[in-house]
Amino acid sequence: MAEIKYTEDHEYAHLDGDVATIGITKHAQQQLGDVVYVELPEVGKSFARGDEAAVVESVKAAAEVYAPVSGEVTQANEELEGNPGLVNEDPEGGAWFFKLKLSDKSELDGMMDADAYAKFVAEQG
Amino acid sequence: MTNEANASETLKRTPLFALHEELGGKMVPFAGYEMPVQYPLGVLKEHLHTRAKAGLFDVSHMGQADLIGPDHETTAAALEALVPGEIAKLGPGRQRYTMLLNEEGGIVDDLMVTRPVSGEDDGRLMLVVNAACKVEDYAHMQAHLPDNVQLEPLEDRALLALQGPAAAAVMGRWCPQAPELGFMRASSAEFDGIDCHISRSGYTGEDGYEISVAAGKAEQLARTLLSHDDVEAIGLGARDSLRLEAGLCLYGHDIDETTSPVEAGLVWSIAKRRREEGGFPGAARIMRELRDGPGRLRVGIEPEGKAPAREGTEVRDESGASIGRITSGGFGPSADGPIAMGYVQSAHAKPGTGVALMVRGSARPARIVELPFIQHRYFRKK
Repeated sequence: MAEIKYTEDHEYAHLDGDVATIGITKHAQQQLGDVVYVELPEVGKSFARGDEAAVVESVKAAAEVYAPVSGEVTQANEELEGNPGLVNEDPEGGAWFFKLKLSDKSELDGMMDADAYAKFVAEQG
Repeated sequence: MTNEANASETLKRTPLFALHEELGGKMVPFAGYEMPVQYPLGVLKEHLHTRAKAGLFDVSHMGQADLIGPDHETTAAALEALVPGEIAKLGPGRQRYTMLLNEEGGIVDDLMVTRPVSGEDDGRLMLVVNAACKVEDYAHMQAHLPDNVQLEPLEDRALLALQGPAAAAVMGRWCPQAPELGFMRASSAEFDGIDCHISRSGYTGEDGYEISVAAGKAEQLARTLLSHDDVEAIGLGARDSLRLEAGLCLYGHDIDETTSPVEAGLVWSIAKRRREEGGFPGAARIMRELRDGPGRLRVGIEPEGKAPAREGTEVRDESGASIGRITSGGFGPSADGPIAMGYVQSAHAKPGTGVALMVRGSARPARIVELPFIQHRYFRKK
């Protein structure tokens, strides 16, 4: 069964087997506003948990997207390069950023589930 | 949490605060005020709407003040001792852009100066200064003014801006004299029965107005303008992208106490008489830079790819040597791509020059371009 986990930096990791699909949450895109540019990692690149993996920019600001778990990039969503606005329209669906082949699945245990993340966002106001 | 709560308590609010909240404005701290950075429409659409129709901006955080002396000659001379602009020959109902300078010729603030149209107001000049600078500006002016010229901050007035190609038609519905006003002209006026002072100017590169009105009447005036189908409320986010596309300086970023008007490309704002006579702070440096050319210049910079280059980005020449820094950078919704401006060594300031921008540790190609990115569409009387 698919499992979705969240970070305090508002990334999500959608696990399918040993590959996690990484993106930013609906809340994150709302905070950011109109996305005009996305910079994605190259396929084959390895990240440790917490590494800067991608960049998402709105008219006003640039924000880093961190690797929520360690692993190797197997795919990047090239559609975002031509259509960065998709991040606002479908952040937790079609606008995923990249896929990681996990090196340590247990890292997901330290992340929030959907309920915990919803509570975290509500508390942040 | 406690600190944040305390910080927000000390923030000031403009007379339109309740309206911003009602409209769904996302309020952020800016220059000591709680201001709307955007509304539900979003920065991108707010920007494009302003260029297509008309946008309403609350700029009440800016400092409005009167400078009052016995006659125009005296008041103008007092101000000319602090700014390089031509104030003595500023006619009634005319408005001018100039800057307060320090003794080194650096810019303390940039401001708009308006001479009221009525002869009864002879000796009065109306100033609009930046919100973040107003306390220091007022202290600076008060310390240097002669005894017979007084500075009177107008704390009980709001300032609204209506900007965009539809601004004149919109204003005309409630203020018939507005469409007749020339660019950089100002007049007292009545807007749907509300006393106000309007000028045909702005900070977007579009035709438009700035409207000074008593704080207690500001919301009524704003609501009337917003009732027009062509008008949307616009936040500070789009205000910044609009002015960047128009190549206009943001104080504290593109100009500050270290930059001179010559370096900043604002020589057009210094009239011939003043260039020849001097008599303003820092005149020695400014006249030397006018004669010999400045060491660095403010330029437009266009990244070649799609990645925006933000403020603080290092600019290098094609050999890799550091030649300057970006002072404002982002995405231009009307330019439909990344745009920036900044300072580079004068030898590299020619439009077309290739440069590299150091974004996230890698050199990205860009070139020096003419400002503005979007042609100004100010009103010109036929």
